[in-house]
Amino acid sequence: MIGADAIVKCLEKEGVTTLFGYPGVAICPFFNSILNTKIESILVRSEQNAAHAASGYARVTGKPGVCVATSGPGATNLITGIATAYADSIPLICITGQVDSNLLGGDVFQEADITGAAESFVKYSYLVKNAADIPRIMKEAFHIATTGRKGPVLIDIPIDIQNKTISGFKYPESVNMRTYKPTVKGHAVQLKKVITELQKAKRPVILAGGGVILSGARKELRDFSHKYGIPVVTTMMGISSIPSDDPLYYGMIGNNGRSYANYAMAESDLLIVIGARIADRAVSSPDLVAKDTVLIHIDVDPAEIGKNVGPTIPLVGDIKNIFNDLAKQDAVCDFSKWVGALDECRSQSMPRKAPRKSYVDPAKFITTLSEKLADNDIYVADVGQNQMWSCMYYVAKSGKFLTSGGMGTMGYSIPAAIGAKKADMKRNVVAVCGDGSFQMSMNELATMVENKIPIKIVVFNNGYLGLVREYQHNTYKANYSMVNLGTVPDLSKIAEAYGIPFVRLKNDKNMKETIDSFLADKGPALMECMLDPMDTVK
Amino acid sequence: MKRLYSILVENRSGVLAKVCGLFARRVFNIDSLAVGETDDPKVSCITILSSGNETTLEQIEKQLNKKIDVIKIKTFSEEESISRELMLVKVRYTKSNRREIMEVCEILDAKIVDMSKNLMMIQICDTPDKTALLIKMLSDVAIIEVARTGTLALQKCSLS
Repeated sequence: MIGADAIVKCLEKEGVTTLFGYPGVAICPFFNSILNTKIESILVRSEQNAAHAASGYARVTGKPGVCVATSGPGATNLITGIATAYADSIPLICITGQVDSNLLGGDVFQEADITGAAESFVKYSYLVKNAADIPRIMKEAFHIATTGRKGPVLIDIPIDIQNKTISGFKYPESVNMRTYKPTVKGHAVQLKKVITELQKAKRPVILAGGGVILSGARKELRDFSHKYGIPVVTTMMGISSIPSDDPLYYGMIGNNGRSYANYAMAESDLLIVIGARIADRAVSSPDLVAKDTVLIHIDVDPAEIGKNVGPTIPLVGDIKNIFNDLAKQDAVCDFSKWVGALDECRSQSMPRKAPRKSYVDPAKFITTLSEKLADNDIYVADVGQNQMWSCMYYVAKSGKFLTSGGMGTMGYSIPAAIGAKKADMKRNVVAVCGDGSFQMSMNELATMVENKIPIKIVVFNNGYLGLVREYQHNTYKANYSMVNLGTVPDLSKIAEAYGIPFVRLKNDKNMKETIDSFLADKGPALMECMLDPMDTVK
Repeated sequence: MKRLYSILVENRSGVLAKVCGLFARRVFNIDSLAVGETDDPKVSCITILSSGNETTLEQIEKQLNKKIDVIKIKTFSEEESISRELMLVKVRYTKSNRREIMEVCEILDAKIVDMSKNLMMIQICDTPDKTALLIKMLSDVAIIEVARTGTLALQKCSLS
């Protein structure tokens, strides 16, 4: 057995069935060994998308996604995907080939210091210097990626280490790391404080973030909210942590969120932040939150507490555990007056100004599309105006909503949707992107067709990088710079080139029927929606 | 506000770079830094003196704790610790100021450890305040070179 066989064996032991990658000489021993297993390797068209696909896969399965690339440019191309996963706490195992360990540091062909370059975007990284360490390192890598606050782990393996013969392969049963023991159980005293504060509160609000979904606590969140009648708002990453039709759900907060969600947060006297880091896009001036509001911050990562907002009642632990512990306690509360006030506020909110009739209304389109999706289907939003509309108008049921929230990486939706679909071929997976983001990852249409991974892709065509255009409109008095995409390529011909069915929606007429047939077909499909170039988010 | 971080880390290649990279990336200050092996060759001790407001100083500790190569962190203020810095100063002297330099050294408990016809090397091992004071007192003299270790510190015995 050689090092490469050992890596593959470790992946099998971890139950990996699919990986996404792109080869090169330095990773060839690995891709040779993988042929002897049942693990399916999906060849993507660019390494960045291997990481995004692994991210989509991880977010549907709850298990780490695996992506593999070669040394040098292969590895550096992965970085944006790794950083995207890191910002959203998605567990990834990223394996890169490296030049011969005897040549390291010599600036030889396709050498890049990837562990150094990726340091601030990984939870941990390894440069394997001894083939005998492979089983331990792989075991640790999976453990680190999937426990505590999840995230990507990078393993860089020189080609000679992959080729080195090793004897007596033994996969460790457990990890033994003295420096890594995440706190998963909430502190009893702090848990009590939550209930005490709840009893004192008159206007409590739960702010749910991506951590709720990552810890698999969607049901627990709902149970907790319903037990006491506490209103829930979410961050962008928290969308789909609670169904849209839940009477206690008041939508996404933030600059581009619902006015009544922001109102609820601003007026609350007790804010329970769960699995969210409260970054600048969610709360424009975080200092304001805590002024006269009691803030309880629940997170598995102690460093998040007090980082962007404070002071707080900190509660460190895995969210699902914490909800389960909170469920064992009781409090007598009545927030019906507060809920009534929020309902009143919601009913008075103004609908979005509809665009000109000759174009598709993206709000109406997204609502119709997501309502027509089956309960468990997956919606992947890209980045830009399309993402803001998706966040506002997506109707969450029990399926998942995936997007690049922290990093805001354009081009995420198509590769992530491919990964998500591969994770569960029974569900429909829809990627909704703009004409800008589509053109950043349209090369993956080939991956989708070649590997028979039938996702549905919706492209909003407005001929602009719309969100930046809107920003320039407001900030620079419509002095547009670098935002005009000009003529978007004829998407019907692109669809034809890849042998994919195509449909163009010019305006709201026939919207329902078009969406119905778009979703009904088993295969992949591409839909283009013609949008008003001057349409805005709000 | 200043705070000392005594950070025990796994003695592996690249760990110092990871710790320093964290300070750089998150815009934390490093006022001084010293690093060396402990009694256990598998463990190194990094001593960092940093400054900032309370929130920042707390974040530094939390972020360091997230680093998987970090075993343990102790933090303390300068008053709670015994801290030392070693500094070597090379100065040019003349007949007229030699006596004065020697007096300064005597007062500040510094030693002259090497000399030539016109240069001398002064060694001081003391608190960062004292080493800074020596530089100040020698400001009229031509300082040729200075090398200092960065602050080393351990918590006072009465507090540990």
